Amino acid sequence: MTRSIALEITVNGTRRSGSVEPRTTLVDFLREHLGLTGTHVGCEHGVCGACSILLDGVPVRSCLMYAVQADSCSVTTIEGLSRADGTPGALQDAFCETHALQCGYCTPGMVIAAHALLEENGSPSEAEIREALSGNLCRCTGYVQIVEAVQLAAARRREHGIGS
Amino acid sequence: MKAAPFRYARPASIAEACAALAEHGSDAKLIAGGQSLVPMMAMRLARPAWLIDIGRIAELQRIEIGEDFVSLGAGVKQRTVERHAELRERLPLLMKALAWVGHPQTRNRGTVGGSIVHADPAAEIPLVACALDAVLELRDAAGTCGMPAREFFLAPMVSAITPAQCLVAVRFPVWNASRIGSAFEEVSIRQGDFALASACAQIALDDGGRVQRATLGVGGAAPIPQALPAVAELLLGHAPEHLLLEKVAAAAAEAIEPEGDLHAPAEYRRELARVLTRRVLERATR
Repeated sequence: MTRSIALEITVNGTRRSGSVEPRTTLVDFLREHLGLTGTHVGCEHGVCGACSILLDGVPVRSCLMYAVQADSCSVTTIEGLSRADGTPGALQDAFCETHALQCGYCTPGMVIAAHALLEENGSPSEAEIREALSGNLCRCTGYVQIVEAVQLAAARRREHGIGS
Repeated sequence: MKAAPFRYARPASIAEACAALAEHGSDAKLIAGGQSLVPMMAMRLARPAWLIDIGRIAELQRIEIGEDFVSLGAGVKQRTVERHAELRERLPLLMKALAWVGHPQTRNRGTVGGSIVHADPAAEIPLVACALDAVLELRDAAGTCGMPAREFFLAPMVSAITPAQCLVAVRFPVWNASRIGSAFEEVSIRQGDFALASACAQIALDDGGRVQRATLGVGGAAPIPQALPAVAELLLGHAPEHLLLEKVAAAAAEAIEPEGDLHAPAEYRRELARVLTRRVLERATR
């Protein structure tokens, strides 16, 4: 054991503090220390994308950074994308409606990556969607319905005047 | 897949980081984006006793755009370069290469300097640094020195950096000619995987359509990223016609010494290098 380090991270809008060993990855901090188990751990070495979160609004792999590196940063996890009453958000609804998940293991990472894409580009082409999701592996769906889900969510955002 | 225990420091300046390196020597590793180092630590291929986090040092984030050069701080994120309109214009070859670097999520954390010091022979940024003849600014507690990228890489994952040094900035020459073309190509098993082979070229044509200046590089297919200045010279003064480009591509494939591994035999990599070189030459002169 090495000495623990105190940190403070804003997670889904709430300031959370903790004390961790330096080797604690951000995803382990989120899951084990904060109980936010929506973020999944897949490969633990940056290949599968299941652990994707938003760090200061930008999608990154939370297994590829230590929690201490996120000190005083802002993190959004899949829990932070749901509606205020805890029900799924619009993008998650689109995933359900298009059957964009089977086992669901990759889904939180997919939703995070898709959310980041739509925040930056409200009308992505299929190629842009595939590029944005290229770092997220899914072993069930073959990706077709995931792309459809993002297209559906993008169309609904445009209807509601969110992004363009 | 958990890293071995280590101690963590977050210095506020390059000087402090260099002091920490001077104190801990090869027991310490610098971390910025961590997109290569963290997986190596997870697999325990790296077990530093100290991790020195330079990810927030403002001096390492500097971007300087001069008349005939661009200097990128080693800590500048790949994402930042990708979204920088002026850099797109000044360093078109680097822009094209970045699309092949990992995935959007790793480029959001990964840095220009981190990719270089990691010295993976299949990596794109080291190849562009060699092809463009970039100069690396290395600093330790004693001072700063410049080293050409073409002399920096020694073997797979081995470079000339000492345990006391920090890569501070990468200075890329910028060409000022009226007709400049560039291209980057690679083949990997899946998009975003390590390149089995890659090639890049930047070529300036004169008013008569003849090659005025040319640089060429091949990556992945040799133990280090390789600029091929003697091969690129074959283009000078000539119109970039199909037969010439074929000849130059064949010369590039002969100039490298590929190694085979479980992903691809040596001769396959040599053939890839030839085909990809021809493609980048065609695209850079179109």
